[in-house]
Amino acid sequence: MLKPKYSRAMHSPYEKHFESAEQQRDTAVFGMWIFLGTEVLFFGGLFMAYTFLRWASPVTVEVGSRHLELPLGCINTAILLTSSFILTMGIQFSENGRPRLAASLLAVTAVMGIAFLCIKGTEYLHVIHEGLLPGPAFRIDRVMSPDSLRAGMIGALGQKANLEPQNVVPTVAELFFWLYFVMTGLHALHLLIGIVLCLVIAVLLRRPGGVSRNAVHNTGLYWHFVDLVWIFLFPLLYLAGHW
Amino acid sequence: MNTPEIQAHPAPEPVAEKSYLSEHTLRSWLLTTDHKRIGILYLLSILLFFAIAATAAALIRLELITPKGDLLSAEMYNRMFTLHGVLMVWFFLIPSIPSVLGNFILPIMLGARDLAFPRLNLLSWYLFMTGGCLALWAILWGGVDTGWTFYTPYSTLYANGQVITMATGIFIAGFSSILTGLNFIATTHKLRAPGLTWFRLPIFVWSLYATSVILVLATPVLAILLTLLAVERIWGVGIFDATRGGDPVLFQHLFWFYSHPAVYIMILPGMGVVTELVTCYSRKRLFGYNFVAGASIAIAVFGFLVWGHHMFVSSQSPYAGMIFSLLSYIVAVPSAVKVFNWTATLYKGSIALDTPMLYALGFIGLFTVGGITGLFLAALAVDVHLTHTYFVVAHFHYIMVGGMVLAFMGGLHYWWPKITGRMYPEQLGRLAAIVTFIGFNLTFFPQFILGYLGMPRRYHSYPAEFQFYNVLSTAGSSILGVGYAMPVFYFIWSLKRGTRTGANPWHATGLEWTTASPPPTYNFAVIPVVTEEAYCYPEPAGPPPKDTSGAEEDRHA
Repeated sequence: MLKPKYSRAMHSPYEKHFESAEQQRDTAVFGMWIFLGTEVLFFGGLFMAYTFLRWASPVTVEVGSRHLELPLGCINTAILLTSSFILTMGIQFSENGRPRLAASLLAVTAVMGIAFLCIKGTEYLHVIHEGLLPGPAFRIDRVMSPDSLRAGMIGALGQKANLEPQNVVPTVAELFFWLYFVMTGLHALHLLIGIVLCLVIAVLLRRPGGVSRNAVHNTGLYWHFVDLVWIFLFPLLYLAGHW
Repeated sequence: MNTPEIQAHPAPEPVAEKSYLSEHTLRSWLLTTDHKRIGILYLLSILLFFAIAATAAALIRLELITPKGDLLSAEMYNRMFTLHGVLMVWFFLIPSIPSVLGNFILPIMLGARDLAFPRLNLLSWYLFMTGGCLALWAILWGGVDTGWTFYTPYSTLYANGQVITMATGIFIAGFSSILTGLNFIATTHKLRAPGLTWFRLPIFVWSLYATSVILVLATPVLAILLTLLAVERIWGVGIFDATRGGDPVLFQHLFWFYSHPAVYIMILPGMGVVTELVTCYSRKRLFGYNFVAGASIAIAVFGFLVWGHHMFVSSQSPYAGMIFSLLSYIVAVPSAVKVFNWTATLYKGSIALDTPMLYALGFIGLFTVGGITGLFLAALAVDVHLTHTYFVVAHFHYIMVGGMVLAFMGGLHYWWPKITGRMYPEQLGRLAAIVTFIGFNLTFFPQFILGYLGMPRRYHSYPAEFQFYNVLSTAGSSILGVGYAMPVFYFIWSLKRGTRTGANPWHATGLEWTTASPPPTYNFAVIPVVTEEAYCYPEPAGPPPKDTSGAEEDRHA
């Protein structure tokens, strides 16, 4: 007997065009990896723009970087790395027949994601409050202030010295903050999608029908990817001025 | 694993054998996840966009019949060529062979029941239509005059019109490309029939695979570029603005990092189709299968490394220019491998000049001309003379129209009996193929001469001494229009009146010819087992191969 096409019933182990449940799972996970490949290239354009900027005026990027909230960035990095760990535990528990515990861990992951976004929002407010939102209100004098130029690290030699204002290119400074908002904004958008995914999977895990293994696995892959993007963003944006 | 469906084969249920066309409701089309139906949806959609973009081209050619700008104003002319470029590139050429023929044929060629992710496939069509509707909306509400390249700072600071709407449309359509590419890659890796090893795959599958790799890796760069463009236009701050510390050349780098590989998105599937046609209509195995397969991958890889040859006059470093020039010459090698191998396949073949073969032969000739003139443009010094002239326009139309459109038409004729179960009228088909070939050459060959003489592209008026060749070109375009219109009529006619065909009217090899025409909903009642290489035509030409050659065997038997 042929199965009815695309039965959504929970007891149907795999869809009509697959030969086995294992083939379906393999394919779903493989597809997720390809999707993450496209995401790498999606962020790649922004990293290219950052490279261009840093090349145009390394000193300016370093000075600009020191206006970001490093402590908050550090806390966020810690939160995100821990959330990946908790999510991995959740996935392990879901595979080992502990769906309720897994659902709780996924919910914790989502809460940590929300905490990250809240801290990020606070940071944005700080930067905007300082007058560093690019556009008509951008206050280049903040970047050029003697306080801001104090004890910068100059060039590849790494000598500590006070910068001269003429070493800082005002337009590049504005672009640095523009890129900061675009890059972290896009990352936050991805994280938001990840939070929704985690919550949906957590709810589904608590239902009697459960949720397919590959859906849990793919959510994990996605979350780790978003985490990985942050691991590149954090040093490039926050630590650039502190090496 | 012994699943019930496999054991049930000896008396297949009528449900399984019903043609994919048997349901007629609108709902059954709009909510379908059948790759074949989605292929048809794509076919109808891209024909709509083609018709609009071709109308714009006709207006451009009409304007250029006289040296003065009399039919269109300069601004209207700019809008027309932008409309033509945007619709033809993103809404016709890129989806043409992959999303229509690939969607329809790829799973059947692989012996699969559907693409790996059928619902994503449907989603990709809806995204495509959303993007297309936004683009049309942008055209109706003011249009865009930047050219399909959206170069900054013009597009961010000066251009009026609906740049952001148009960019959003392309952005959304880009995600449809990504989903199609993702689906094809996953299907090729995971859903091949038993016995169908990588080196038994038809070359069409190899070229769609190479295309998909480009779709998946290049399109996201376009997406982020268009995002940055829109943000820059709205926010007034941006990295492509030289007065604010950015650099317009960065825009060009990112744009061509996508758009040069996109050129290979537009030609690789055509090469795959032509390989199918050349082997079928010369009744021969493909000469040098491994090289042709490898050449597809080589083109995809090298295609990512040559984008700078669009920017020789953009103030790019001359050393970068030299490297890009060298790499552009290298990418000609796998392209030439393909041309030589098709020719060697024809050698001593028993050649049948059916309509698809006429298109394929046209493809080989015109692609060769287009490819060689590409080398002129890849030469650093010659490019300075030819860049931004009609020589460039003629060159890429030889690849895009002479190559991709002819391959698309050839493939559509070849698989038409499989898609519809009906044969198109052969004599009319041949006539249309010849008219298209003549019209195409008359349209675009004079443009090589115009470009060499120095006529720049993208102007609505020109010095009087260029008029002769422009009149030739416009005359040719009207013949080309007839060549395009003829198949529309006889294809529609053949839907009702064409003779019914069996599973394998061309006596071709390949799994798609082992299932009924039109195929049943899930393609195969029993997944076939492949026991031989691709293109196992008997050598020298003998009786046609059996339809199935053991492919119906149950692999679990």
